[in-house]
Amino acid sequence: MATESSYYVPEQSRLPIFATIGIFLMAFGAATWINGGSSYIFFAGSLAMATVLWFWFAAVIKENMQGLNSDQLKRSYVWGMGWFIFSEVMFFAAFFGALYYIRTFTLPWLGGEGDRGSSNMLWEGFQNTWPLMVTPEQAVSGDAAKVVGPKGIIDPWHLPLINTVLLLASSVTVHIAHVYLKKGNRKGFNGWLTATVALGGAFLFFQIEEYLEAYQHLGLTLESGIYGTTFFMLTGFHGAHVTLGTIMLLIMLLRSVIANHFKPDDHFGFEAATWYWHFVDVVWVGLFIFVYVLGA
Amino acid sequence: MAHGPKPGFTRWLYTTNHKDIGSMYLWFSFAMFLLGGCMALVIRAELFQPGLQIVQPGFFNQMTTMHGLIMVFGAVMPAFVGLANWMVPMMIGAPDMALPRMNNWSFWILPFAFAMLVSTLFMEGGAPDFGWTFYAPLSTEYAPPSVTFFIFAVHIMGASSIMGAINIVATILNMRAPGMTLMKMPLFVWTWLITAYLLIAVMPVLAGVVTMMLMDIHFGTSFFSAAGGGDPVLFQHVFWFFGHPEVYIMILPAFGIVSAIIPTFARKPLFGYSSMVYATASIAFLSFIVWAHHMFTVGMPIAGELFFMYATMLIAVPTGVKVFNWVTTMFRGSMTFETPMLFSIAFVILFTIGGFSGLMLAIAPADFQYHDTYFVVAHFHYVLVPGAIFSITAGVYYWLPKWTGNMYNESMGKVHFWLAFVGLNVTFFPMHFVGLAGMPRRIPDYALQFADFNQIASVGAFLFGAAQILFLFNVIRTVRGGKKATDEVWENPEGLEWSVPSPAPYHTFSTPPVVR
Repeated sequence: MATESSYYVPEQSRLPIFATIGIFLMAFGAATWINGGSSYIFFAGSLAMATVLWFWFAAVIKENMQGLNSDQLKRSYVWGMGWFIFSEVMFFAAFFGALYYIRTFTLPWLGGEGDRGSSNMLWEGFQNTWPLMVTPEQAVSGDAAKVVGPKGIIDPWHLPLINTVLLLASSVTVHIAHVYLKKGNRKGFNGWLTATVALGGAFLFFQIEEYLEAYQHLGLTLESGIYGTTFFMLTGFHGAHVTLGTIMLLIMLLRSVIANHFKPDDHFGFEAATWYWHFVDVVWVGLFIFVYVLGA
Repeated sequence: MAHGPKPGFTRWLYTTNHKDIGSMYLWFSFAMFLLGGCMALVIRAELFQPGLQIVQPGFFNQMTTMHGLIMVFGAVMPAFVGLANWMVPMMIGAPDMALPRMNNWSFWILPFAFAMLVSTLFMEGGAPDFGWTFYAPLSTEYAPPSVTFFIFAVHIMGASSIMGAINIVATILNMRAPGMTLMKMPLFVWTWLITAYLLIAVMPVLAGVVTMMLMDIHFGTSFFSAAGGGDPVLFQHVFWFFGHPEVYIMILPAFGIVSAIIPTFARKPLFGYSSMVYATASIAFLSFIVWAHHMFTVGMPIAGELFFMYATMLIAVPTGVKVFNWVTTMFRGSMTFETPMLFSIAFVILFTIGGFSGLMLAIAPADFQYHDTYFVVAHFHYVLVPGAIFSITAGVYYWLPKWTGNMYNESMGKVHFWLAFVGLNVTFFPMHFVGLAGMPRRIPDYALQFADFNQIASVGAFLFGAAQILFLFNVIRTVRGGKKATDEVWENPEGLEWSVPSPAPYHTFSTPPVVR
C-alpha cells in the first residue's frame, strides 16, 4: 500500500544501456571463446559489467544517503532481492531435479529394472550403482570406452564435513554481525563480519582442495560420467555462488570500515547480502545431504 | 522530476519512463513479429507444393526453429511486457514501475540478445536447426557450432525476463494507490502478477537446461548421454518443466486483456471477477504439474502417463470458468463491435477451439496418434495466434487512443480484423485435417495426398501476413495524428487509466489517486 506521496523515480540514466553492452559482450564473448575464438571480448565485457555495477550501486547508495528513498521505495528493493533469490532457488532446483531423475529413473532403467528396463538391451552388462563407478559405455566397451567412471569419490565425513561446519558457522557469525549493527556497535559489526568473510574464504579454500583431490587422485572429473557431472555441476555452481556471496560481504565490510556506511535502522544493502549468504548456506546443506552423504 | 521527455534519440537509450519503455517493447515485439512471420511465410511457401521448391531441408529446419524462438521469446513475451509497462502503473495508480532503471536494462538486453540469435543464420553451419524445443541430442551432439551463441542468447534474454518479472511483482505488490486492494485490481494486473511469478519460477530452469547442454557439448558432461549414465529424456523433462508454464506465460496476460475489453463493449461489469482471479491462480498452479503431456510417446511408466493425462484435463475446469464468465458478461449486454471487441470475441471463440484440441491431445492413448503431426501445430497455433496475438492486437487498438491521444481508423481496423480472422482460419484449420491424416510436422516435403490442404493453408498464411501491414499502417497513422480521442475514449470504461487525459501525460499519478 502506498503510504507516502512521493516515490523517487530517477531521471534518465546511462547505466542500463552500458550494462546492456557489458552483458552482451560477456555473452557473445563467452560463446566466441568456447567455440575456439579469442577470449578478449569476454574479458572486456566482464570489465565493462563490473564497472557499470560499481557505478550503479554507487548511484543507489548516494540516492539513499541524500534521503531520496522513501520507505516505500526501499520496500521495492526488498521485494526485488527476495524474488531474485527465489529465482536462484529454481536454478538449483533444475540441477537437483536432474540428480533425482537420474538416480530414481534413468539408472535403474539402464540397469534393467522397472518399466523401461528393456533399455538395458542397449547396454548389456550395465549395473545400476550409485555412485556410478562403471558407466554404461564402459560396461559395453570396456577399456575402449571414452566416458570412464571415477576410481573413487569424495568422503563426505572429511572435507565436506569441515565445510559444512564452516558454512553453518558463517551463517551464525553474519547474524551476530547483523545484531551488532542493529545495536549500533560498529566494532562488533566489523569484527563478526570479518569473521564471516574469513569463513567464506576458508570454505572456498577447502572446496578447491577437494576438487584437486578429485581431479588428481580419484579420477573424478566432469567427464567421468553422470556422477562426476552432477557432482561438479551442483557443487561448482554452489561454489560460484559462495564466491559471489563472499565478494558481496567483503564489499559490505569495506563499505563499513572505509566509508562508515550503514545505520542501525537503514542497512538493506548489507541485509540483502546476508539473505544471499543464508541462501547459499541452505543450498550447501542440501548438497551435503543429497550429493555427499546420500551419494556415498 | 522533469515534466516531459528529453529531446533527441538518447531519450530512448537512457529513459527510465515506463511509457517510453513500454513503447519500445511494443515496437521491438512488432519488428520480431514481422521477422518471425517472414520465416513462417518461407515455410508456407515451401509447403505450397509437395517436393522441394524453394529452400533446402537444412534451411527449412532453421526456419522452423527460428520462427518458433522468435515468436515465443521475441514477439509474444515482449509484447505482453510492453503492455504491462504501459498499463500496470496507470491501472494501479503508481507513478512508474518500481525499479525504473532496471526496467530499461530489461528492455535493452532484448535487441542485443536477438541480434545475437539472428546472427547465427550467417554463421558457419547455419542457425540452430533442432526445433524451438531444442531436444537433445539433436541440440547437443548433432547441433551446428552456432548452438553456443543460441545458448548464451537464451541466457541473457532469460535474465531480461527475470528482471522484468521481478519489477512487475515489486510494482504490483508495493505501489498500488491507497484503497487499491488486491481484489480491486483490474484483471490485467492480476494476470500479470501471476504470470510474473511463473516467469521467476521457470526462466531459471530454462537457464539450467541450456547450461546442461553447454556442458554436454563443450565440457564432456553426460547429462543427456546414456553412454555416461545420463538420459536424453532428462532434457525433455527439464525443458518442459520450463516449457509448460511458459505457454501460460503467453496466455494469462491475454486473459487479462480480454477481461478488460469485453465488459467495456458489452457495457456490463465483468461477470464473476473473483472466480476469474481464482481460475487464473489455479491454471498457474496446474501448469507446474502437467509438463510430461508433451512427451507421452517418449516412454514413461503408465502411472506417469495417467497422472499427466488427468492433471492436464483438470486445466479445462478453470479455463471453462473463464470462457463461461466472458460469455456471461456479453449475455444481454448492449454490445457494440469496435475493432478491439471483434478481436476479443474472436479470441473467446477461437481460443476455445484451441483449448478443445488441447483436450484431445491430453488423452494419452489418443496422443500416440496425434503426436508430432500437424494436428499439434494446428492446436498450438490456435491458442497462440487468436489467443496471444489477437489479444495483444485487441489491447493495442483498445489503449492506442489513450497512448497517442488520437483515434485509430475504425474501418481500417475492422478490415484488418476480418482479413486476419479469415487468414488465420484458412491457414490453421486445414492443419487439423492433414495432422489427423498423419502428416508429420517439421518436414519440407510431404506425401501427395496432403497437397490440397497445404495449398489452402499457404494461401491463408500470406493473407494473414498481408493483413498485418494494414495494422502497422493504421498504428503509424494514429501515432502521427487523426481524430482526437476523449479522455474516456470509450463509453464509460472501467479503470484508472481512463481518468487521466488522452494522450496520457509523460508522468501520471506522481501523487497517488485515492481508490474508493
